[in-house]
Amino acid sequence: MHPPTPPCQRTRMLETMLLIRTHEETLATLHASEGVGGTCTSVGQEACAVGVVQALEASDRILTNHRSAGHLLARGADPGRMMAEVLGRSTGYCKGKSGSLHISVKELGVLLTSTIVGGELSLAPGVGLSLAMQGEDAIAVCFFGDGAACEGRFHESLNLAAVWKLPILYVCENNQWQAFVHRKETMLAEQIANWANGYGMPCETVDGNDVEAVLAAALRARTRMRTAGGPYFLELNTYRQRGHFEPDDQAYVDGHELQAWLARDPIALMRQRLAGEGLLGEEESERMLMRVRARIDEALRFARSSPFPDPRELTTEIYA
Amino acid sequence: MSRMTVNEAIGRALAEEMRRDPRVLMFGEGVATKRTDLLEEFGAARVRNTPLAEGIIAGTAAGAAATGLRPVIDLLFAPFLCYAMDEIVNSAGKLRYISGGQFSFPMVVIAMTGSGWTVGAQHNHNLEAWFVHSPGLKVVMPSNAADFKGLLKAAIRDDNPVLFFVDMALTPVEGEVPDDERVIPLGKAAIARAGRDLTIVSYAKTVGTCLDAAAQLAADGIEAEVIDLRSLKPLDEETILRSARKTGRVIVVHEASRMCGVGAEVAALIAEQAFPSLKAPVMRLTGPDAPAPSSWALEQAFTPQADRVVRAVHELVRAHAEPA
Repeated sequence: MHPPTPPCQRTRMLETMLLIRTHEETLATLHASEGVGGTCTSVGQEACAVGVVQALEASDRILTNHRSAGHLLARGADPGRMMAEVLGRSTGYCKGKSGSLHISVKELGVLLTSTIVGGELSLAPGVGLSLAMQGEDAIAVCFFGDGAACEGRFHESLNLAAVWKLPILYVCENNQWQAFVHRKETMLAEQIANWANGYGMPCETVDGNDVEAVLAAALRARTRMRTAGGPYFLELNTYRQRGHFEPDDQAYVDGHELQAWLARDPIALMRQRLAGEGLLGEEESERMLMRVRARIDEALRFARSSPFPDPRELTTEIYA
Repeated sequence: MSRMTVNEAIGRALAEEMRRDPRVLMFGEGVATKRTDLLEEFGAARVRNTPLAEGIIAGTAAGAAATGLRPVIDLLFAPFLCYAMDEIVNSAGKLRYISGGQFSFPMVVIAMTGSGWTVGAQHNHNLEAWFVHSPGLKVVMPSNAADFKGLLKAAIRDDNPVLFFVDMALTPVEGEVPDDERVIPLGKAAIARAGRDLTIVSYAKTVGTCLDAAAQLAADGIEAEVIDLRSLKPLDEETILRSARKTGRVIVVHEASRMCGVGAEVAALIAEQAFPSLKAPVMRLTGPDAPAPSSWALEQAFTPQADRVVRAVHELVRAHAEPA
């Protein structure tokens, strides 16, 4: 249905996944060494972010959740300004007022990182309504997890989007964990898409650790939404490799389950595939790692050399 | 001037603003069913019924406001706002600041409350102070038809989330409303009656109660000044302080319960900034710390009445009379 992805784009997707992972691991290290607080990493879920965002148009809008770094970086956010935000500097995307947990970037169409689980689901219908009423050929993409699917707002949001036929692509990154609780403890359904189906929208569940499967599914969703209108539900089965936030010893995690998912790591999978097809040699793989490392090092340098906000910023931008 | 009810004044304001600005739309529980005139004039895209789901109604408004629309939502009764607290407080109220000023949230949340319909505590709860205490929000609670129209127009034009509380007993009450498209700025109190002996500060339905009391007091030779706050946030501190400094005696009257209510803020403001002018402690006459009852008798006892205001003022004046 869609033309095959050119090789250069496939290697770029791998590089973006690596960038996300390096960003997240750097923050985790910063937490351990310098007490930089509160980050919820998306390690293990990089393919979800890269595959979906790759399928979007520049005019599309994104609402996301506390594991948003992947969505932001895949969308082209500057790692330096993201890092500055996490370190509370005035050069951050939100001038140091958001921290890692709430970054939004209007110029990239990223409206919201909600730390209230389900907040992104709450605002999504309004964004879809705006796009529809203002006649924009764009969709709203809403990223959330299986935890948010257990919030009442998930159900309210999907129902309203279906009834009003709003252009919203719901993307559930089912990472198996709801903070410190495994989803098998909190829901009987094996697939969240089954719930979504009941609200009257097309649904698809795919392997969230295969970036190309995610991209293909997101492109199918995008095409279907353009022709048929209304919302679409995409469930990506994946795994949260690190803890709920940093630091987290994950003592509550079943080691066998973790190992099984680590063996299906999204970055390793894509690297092996490209190498197997002769598209990525050892040397290029090494160069890619070094490029990514250099970008994150530069981002950290930029953040650390940036000033803290002036205390007068404390009470600005509360009201328009 | 035209004579119309508060409910008609609200409808007039909505129609004028929807006519003026195509970004204004309205949705909520039964909005399209009840406001058929709006539906007819502006169409089903801009006047929408919703599921009975206050949280997603408010969240949808916030999302729409952040992306170029100017929604007005009707959540019916104030206690239902509890279902929408997250969207109003955590999203609409905070996301402008959190985003470093990237987004604004021009939206109006309408909800009814107040005694008079004997609907009981899950439909009647004067919880306006909760929102006054939350950053990023504005709170309006008018007392008469002209103000309902002018303040709602200002609320719709404001670029911030505005909670617009409708004292439900006022909805059928008639008043004179200017025929022009007058807008009453948020944050400006009105001197509902001028006087020199003491200041009565109130808002919403109890402004009328206080005006009745002031008329009785005038017969007793006491000239009360009645301030109608109109907006609770921003609070018109200047008008409150000017009057307090002039009269030296202040009583705050509202239906909401006393502790941490708007009256507490007014009293603290005067104590901090007008203490030398005071001839008596600032008093509060409020509803009790109790759920709103349903029985008419209990509901009337719950609500500040004119005779209680008169008695309280007499006590205040007698106990703190100036030496002859």
